[in-house]
Amino acid sequence: MSEKTEEPAKKVFKLSEADPRFKYELSKTLGAEKLMMCFQCGTCTADCPIARFSGSYRPSQILRMALFGMKSKVLSSDDLWLCAACFTCIDRCPRDVEFANVLRVLRNMAVKEGFIPAVFREIGSNVVKNGSAYEIPELRLKKREAAGLPPLPKFASERVTKLAEIVGFTKLIEKKRELNA
Amino acid sequence: MPEPTYLLYLGCVIPYRVLSYEISARKVAERLGVKLVEMPEFNCCGLPLDPVSHEMMLVLSAQNLCLAEQKNLNIMTLCPGCNGTLRKVNKMLKEDKGLREEVNGYLKEVGMQFKGTIDVKHFIQVLLEDVGLEKIRGSVQKPLNDLKVAEHYGCHILRPKEYMGLDNPESPTVLKSLIEATGAKCLDYMNELECCGAPIIGVNDRIPLQLARDKLAHLKEAGVEALITICPSCYTMFDVNQPRIERLFNEQFSIPVLHYSELLALAMGFSPSDLALDEHRVKLNGIMGRL
Repeated sequence: MSEKTEEPAKKVFKLSEADPRFKYELSKTLGAEKLMMCFQCGTCTADCPIARFSGSYRPSQILRMALFGMKSKVLSSDDLWLCAACFTCIDRCPRDVEFANVLRVLRNMAVKEGFIPAVFREIGSNVVKNGSAYEIPELRLKKREAAGLPPLPKFASERVTKLAEIVGFTKLIEKKRELNA
Repeated sequence: MPEPTYLLYLGCVIPYRVLSYEISARKVAERLGVKLVEMPEFNCCGLPLDPVSHEMMLVLSAQNLCLAEQKNLNIMTLCPGCNGTLRKVNKMLKEDKGLREEVNGYLKEVGMQFKGTIDVKHFIQVLLEDVGLEKIRGSVQKPLNDLKVAEHYGCHILRPKEYMGLDNPESPTVLKSLIEATGAKCLDYMNELECCGAPIIGVNDRIPLQLARDKLAHLKEAGVEALITICPSCYTMFDVNQPRIERLFNEQFSIPVLHYSELLALAMGFSPSDLALDEHRVKLNGIMGRL
């Protein structure tokens, strides 16, 4: 995988390198069912707050690439992680494609291939260990007390650790750790 | 009518670094007769992990919903991100039998079962639906008539509209009515509904900081004295990151950011020190005399 990303960017994509089953694989996944409804009007890109400031993040382009079957290129792209989940594209799409949900499906697939930004690995590890996305410092708990707030309810960390194991989440996070090592 | 009672779901961001929101929200709720019960225990709502694993998000969210079901109480959140996630998962699991069975299969392993017996609301929805604007207006003892503020909804309180249904996401009015109930003037400004960018700041900080910079510039142009938010993450973008934005773009904004509950608490007569307003990064010096 690392060899591939080091190659210079290709200007022409050969359809023979595409995975024609990719769009069917996506359409069978919860959230991406309506992928093939896209007729490339570009509403999602035009209304995307991130696209305005990014030179490369274009929701409609990601959709088109997915439909073409450019699986490895889409899943390895850093742009996949730029969606801020404002859901404007979901509410305004004239074809009800729900791009933000399609993107979530693509991100989940990318993670299975080992592509996961460090920040998500960190939050994931925190949740598995503590039940909370952030480790809440002792100082904050003391501040709560000083401010007259009730004690913070306990995080259900043991149950979360067990559930993370059962749904295979712990392994997903560990897999990346192995890749990094 | 019995007093409205909710389980308060705090989520992670507020106990981690936005205590001032919780302090004011509890005071406002008590004054308005909304009873808040502590969660017996809780965990992350799942939102930040949806990009990694949808299944993990579902079980995290469902577990919180089950805890509320066991208490037979509806959930109230302060964070629109938690609210959006819990509401969405609650609706999905209530309506999709196959998905419910799948999630319950996981939950069974930890002795839980999702039944679909409770609802989830954000704090401002409770204010609008369970308290009402009239009662809120009646609770104001010190109208903030001299104050010119502006609203920032944040995306997750409005979208996706299928799950939120609080207001029209293209032209919402509810936050403005709540703000005006305190006597403050709510000014319009360019691109009011623009996203703050917070969810991706851990991946790319340049884009969110530019988004927040543009909003601050538009607020300044409109002559806004304070920005009113209802989301701890949007608040963090505009308050905690404001000095950083000022340095990065070499501009001066000095626009204080208040949680809506703080604005209302001030109008109810609570003092800035009751509310720990000194926790805010951007100082309130310019408006303090009028609070």
